Amino acid sequence: MARTPLSLRDEDRALARRDDPDLRDLLPAVEPERTVTDWGRSERVEGFFDRTLYDFYYHLWFRCEVEGVEHVPSDGGALLVSNHSGALPPDAPMIAKAIKEEHPRPRPLHLTMEHFFKGYPGLSMLLPKIGGVPAHPANVHRLLYDERQLVLVFPEGRKGTEKLYKERYRLRRFGRGGFVEAAMRARVPIVPIAVVGAEESQPIFAHVKALQRLTGLIYFPITPTFPHFGLLAAGLYLPAKFKIRFLPPVRTDDMGDEPWEDQALVQTVAHDIRATIQEELLDMLGKRRSVWFG
Amino acid sequence: MVDTRLVVDSIVTTARRAHENNVIGTMNVLAACAGEGSPVRKLVFKSSAHYYGCEQDDPAFFREEMRRPHPARTAIERDIVEAEKQVRDFGLKNDHVTVTVLRFANALGPDLRTSFQEWLDLPLVPTILGFDPRCQFLHEDDMAAALEHAVREDLDGIFNVAADGVLAMTEVISLLGKAPVPVLPPWGTKAALPVLRALGASPCPELLNQLRFGRGLDNRRFKATGFRFRYTTREAVLKLREHQRLAPILGRGGEGYRYESAVEEFLRFSPSVRAPNARPQLAAPANRAPGGAGRPTDAYGDLTAREVIAMLPSLGEADLRALRDHEAAGARRQSVLKAIDRLVAQEPAAR
Repeated sequence: MARTPLSLRDEDRALARRDDPDLRDLLPAVEPERTVTDWGRSERVEGFFDRTLYDFYYHLWFRCEVEGVEHVPSDGGALLVSNHSGALPPDAPMIAKAIKEEHPRPRPLHLTMEHFFKGYPGLSMLLPKIGGVPAHPANVHRLLYDERQLVLVFPEGRKGTEKLYKERYRLRRFGRGGFVEAAMRARVPIVPIAVVGAEESQPIFAHVKALQRLTGLIYFPITPTFPHFGLLAAGLYLPAKFKIRFLPPVRTDDMGDEPWEDQALVQTVAHDIRATIQEELLDMLGKRRSVWFG
Repeated sequence: MVDTRLVVDSIVTTARRAHENNVIGTMNVLAACAGEGSPVRKLVFKSSAHYYGCEQDDPAFFREEMRRPHPARTAIERDIVEAEKQVRDFGLKNDHVTVTVLRFANALGPDLRTSFQEWLDLPLVPTILGFDPRCQFLHEDDMAAALEHAVREDLDGIFNVAADGVLAMTEVISLLGKAPVPVLPPWGTKAALPVLRALGASPCPELLNQLRFGRGLDNRRFKATGFRFRYTTREAVLKLREHQRLAPILGRGGEGYRYESAVEEFLRFSPSVRAPNARPQLAAPANRAPGGAGRPTDAYGDLTAREVIAMLPSLGEADLRALRDHEAAGARRQSVLKAIDRLVAQEPAAR
């Protein structure tokens, strides 16, 4: 019998070792009586949001226009990568809704979010129920590789939503390429997405550091509706025209044996994807006649 | 050697005694197992998922290789980490010993007394306002079965033992037919504890963290060894509901495990129990280390012919032959020899 040493291994190595396919068959079976998944996603709550808020914003308020939704694979895991903006970003639910409405085989989309939300009362209860998953590499790997799901990441992270109105549509650094590594390990394609409109729907004019500390939020922005409308501002957006463009997927399973070990390659791929999205954004903006009517 | 001593719940005993048991006790047990000429070939160590702790930036499903992201917060967690470290060192030093560490999730069952279960037994289950943690449980039967599985199979390494399925706390409470009461404030939760204690609920610090952040375990490594859980988390909760409904009817009378010396006497000394265990001694007396309870041959010699004959039917054919040789070389009791011959003759027919 092969002896597995008890010493705790490096998590990264463990991820790679864990890839033997037989473990995938050992995932817990779905219990039909339950309406909540093991991630805490609730059919009921999500369905309610989908029928009311998302429907309203998608069709009436933002009048979303979607291109290239066929680039999202119909089965198997895929990592969706998008630009990120808006104080309380509307782009994530709109992308999820776009797949639901336009895709021939709609599938649930898992939205990665900061660990911060897991510790914030209220949000920690709500966000997992509508598809939020804390952005831990192990979570992303399990979703992509073991459960073969769609995962949406915003590599800009907080830096994307924090940026002020005057910096709109200029992509921030794409983290440290962690998302590329995740896709490589799971051997799933990366689908870049360019979203236009989210920047104007909830522009940030300034940040108030003192109030941020006081409230314990990750930032305290001044937007057209916040803070004077208080918590209501979370649902108040300007009716900018949304355009969502799905770009051709980037394969990661043909990059060699253990491409994630090659930091240079990871950085290059991350940079290429960032450049593609930036170019696409500029192209879409160049053709846009009006912020409100597209 | 199966070690289920670890105290993983602060309601069982005081922190001081728990520490004494968890850290010093583990040290002593391991020292005894590692001793020169120790016959221990396998160590099954009961640990707990509290090893991983409960933090904001935890992964949704802990795997065995993962470290806890932050140092241990509570006394019990520190103890568990320390005890596991000792077991790990023991495993590295003693290559000939199979070391199995089982990290159990919170167990539910009528025979258990855990702080989580007491919490769920409250008529109204208090939760922290604005939090709906993910919970994963284990039915007590599965817990016992997992220990048995570890004893039967040679499993080397660390294994998470938790039922399939991770439920939201609200889901658990509604399955129990109760109502969640979000009375604990999200900030300054600890300050609200004295009020709760006055109302008859005393959550331990580990439980409080679980009520906030929850925890999930990846049990696939243990399943890959061939173990099948009888209950999912949901079924374990439903079982608990049955028990909760029956508890007022049955009363507190027959509850819990009680030590009975008569049972132990029976298990230890009754010929009908002992015979199968004694088989290797009879077949190959030389294998046994000298000292201790005396030489096995002496023990055999002490038995009267009647007692030996009573034990015979439980032996296999090979053992019978070995025993016959032993008897023929030693006491040569005719009644015993005849009985063995008779059984050996019957044996093939019986199979």
